[in-house]
Amino acid sequence: MPEQLIFATEVALNGLMTGVLYSLVALGFVLIFKASGIFNYSQGVLALFAALTLVGFQDGQVPFSHLINATFGTEIHGFGFELPAIIAIVLTLGVMVLLAILIEKLVLKHLVNQEPIILFMATIGLAYFLEGLGDIMWGSDIKNLDVGLPQGISPVIDTVTYEWFGYGFFIDKLDIVATVIAAILVISLTLFSQYSKQGRALRAVADDHQAALSVGVSLRFIWVLVWSIAGLVALVAGIMWGTKSGVQFSLSLIALKALPVLMLGGFTSIPGAIVGGLIIGVGEKLFEFTVGPMVGGATENWFAYVLALVFLVFRPQGLFGEKIIERV
Amino acid sequence: MFYREAGDFKTSYAEDAQTFPIKFDRYRYYFVMAVGLAILPFAVNDYWANAVFVPFLIWSIAAIGLNILVGYCGQVSLGTGGFMAVGAYAAYKLMTSFPDLNIVFVVILAGFVTAAVGVLFGLPSLRIKGFYLAVATLAAQFFLVWLFNRVPWFYNYSASGQISAPERTVFGFPVTGAATAPWAQYAICLGFVVVLAWVARNLTRGTLGRTWMAIRDMDIAAEIIGVNPLKAKLSAFAVSSFFIGVAGALFFAVYLGAVEVGEAFGIQKSFLALFMIIIGGLGSIFGAFAGAAFMVLFPVLLKNVLVGGLGWPTDLAAHLELMIVGGLIIFVLIAEPHGIAALWRTIKEKLRLWPFPH
Repeated sequence: MPEQLIFATEVALNGLMTGVLYSLVALGFVLIFKASGIFNYSQGVLALFAALTLVGFQDGQVPFSHLINATFGTEIHGFGFELPAIIAIVLTLGVMVLLAILIEKLVLKHLVNQEPIILFMATIGLAYFLEGLGDIMWGSDIKNLDVGLPQGISPVIDTVTYEWFGYGFFIDKLDIVATVIAAILVISLTLFSQYSKQGRALRAVADDHQAALSVGVSLRFIWVLVWSIAGLVALVAGIMWGTKSGVQFSLSLIALKALPVLMLGGFTSIPGAIVGGLIIGVGEKLFEFTVGPMVGGATENWFAYVLALVFLVFRPQGLFGEKIIERV
Repeated sequence: MFYREAGDFKTSYAEDAQTFPIKFDRYRYYFVMAVGLAILPFAVNDYWANAVFVPFLIWSIAAIGLNILVGYCGQVSLGTGGFMAVGAYAAYKLMTSFPDLNIVFVVILAGFVTAAVGVLFGLPSLRIKGFYLAVATLAAQFFLVWLFNRVPWFYNYSASGQISAPERTVFGFPVTGAATAPWAQYAICLGFVVVLAWVARNLTRGTLGRTWMAIRDMDIAAEIIGVNPLKAKLSAFAVSSFFIGVAGALFFAVYLGAVEVGEAFGIQKSFLALFMIIIGGLGSIFGAFAGAAFMVLFPVLLKNVLVGGLGWPTDLAAHLELMIVGGLIIFVLIAEPHGIAALWRTIKEKLRLWPFPH
């Protein structure tokens, strides 16, 4: 194999791994969009919030300590003990469910039957609110997240590829773990929505709100359920990204990366989110590798959007989206 | 009582079609104009101009522009920041290439350049609709910001990658550059706002505005009754981008003076403009002003109260501000999804009937 091609293969593989993470975030979007028709901009901030809370629990931080210190002049910082990762994850999951209930009670309930753009703006408001809340609760400094996931170059792949091509590929172990976890998550979500009672109710709501209501599905419960699942997906995405590059504000920007993924795959399709994520992950890495050096680099900032834009011109509903039928 | 159509007789068609049909509104409008034109230029100091009036006026132009696209034509756009950047960089290139050109023409030309770019990025709107379009406009946002960051020609190969406005004068008074007096900044922005708001008001109630609204309400139906969607959508993109470009040019040349593109025209600015028109009211010129006032004034007020009044650390206040702004957006959407303009309409209805409830 020529050298360039081997490099390109490595880049593509790494892109594939990044794509999996994009898919994870996009998955949260699709779930909420299908079940409630809400285009949930706050998904990225949910991931940030989940990661912040997880770190906070792990390190035994006192929530709002910064605020308390500023108001009362005290010097509280931590409880003085550290929680094991698994307990912290369970606790964080509890917080995400609580958050889902609160969001349903305080926001969504009052916005039933509003236009999609209004709901979209409400989730942007929510994103702002959660961002501020996360910072006030846990502080805004960059934190390291370590829940015991393996990290660093994978020696197995390194040696195997060295034997094959005479050049060892650099693949992060964390990316492999992320891929496996994402696969498990997608399979279990698919099983859940296909075979469980709640899953069936969820699909009924996605199909037609009113019809689902009339056969006795509780819309409000389904919404809480769906936002909790989105919280779970956000937590997983938050753990992955947080372990990779630290828990910081830029984590919430992955939501913006998930948008072109959604457009490519179609807003309503779970397989679409996965395939779209992979296409964009590989595409942007390869584009940066081949064209990037010629035009000044950092093409990852916009490549995904332009790709999605060009793609949509030819297929407005995305790869797997339902065909858009319009009537007067 | 005082807020009535009764007794205010219209004797010509023009009088009947005027923007403020009620006498009280008319006088209120004259009063606001008089205060804005005759009193404020002599009263503003540096703080008020920089923190309140100039950003308010510039954002009003941007909000009116975005409202034309989103509120009147129904094409949701998240590319405002990118288009403002086009206006700013066009103004910069024009200012440095043609030093003798008057700044007013520079700003207007920058608007036309932005309009052309806007039409280009508006082309997909003929195929893509709704949220898909909103995300597609993000392509404009990120691509344009990247372009101005990476192609040195746009910032004249300056070492810092920033652009800064050279001094330009109007009637002998500097309006850009370091020597600008607060009142001059205020005055030139006010001039643009008054003219552009007048243009927007008259465009939106004329033929063009009606075709936009027809497209917004149901594009297929509009096409059937003879509205040309190509013309309507692209003209909305052009007019909207013109306004946003002018706002961007003023934002750079008059308000900030020096600009780093990612920071000044990032995605946050696109959201800010969208907040303004949603909170102010979609499809209303007054709404654009109200939304701009709200989103500009509220953080200033909050900062004064929290940092100045309560003595909190700035970072904490900034986080709390995020929470409050986010919470308020949700609250406004729940309480009045059609924005401050709808609230204002309700108040006017009540006033008209006052003291009777119905």
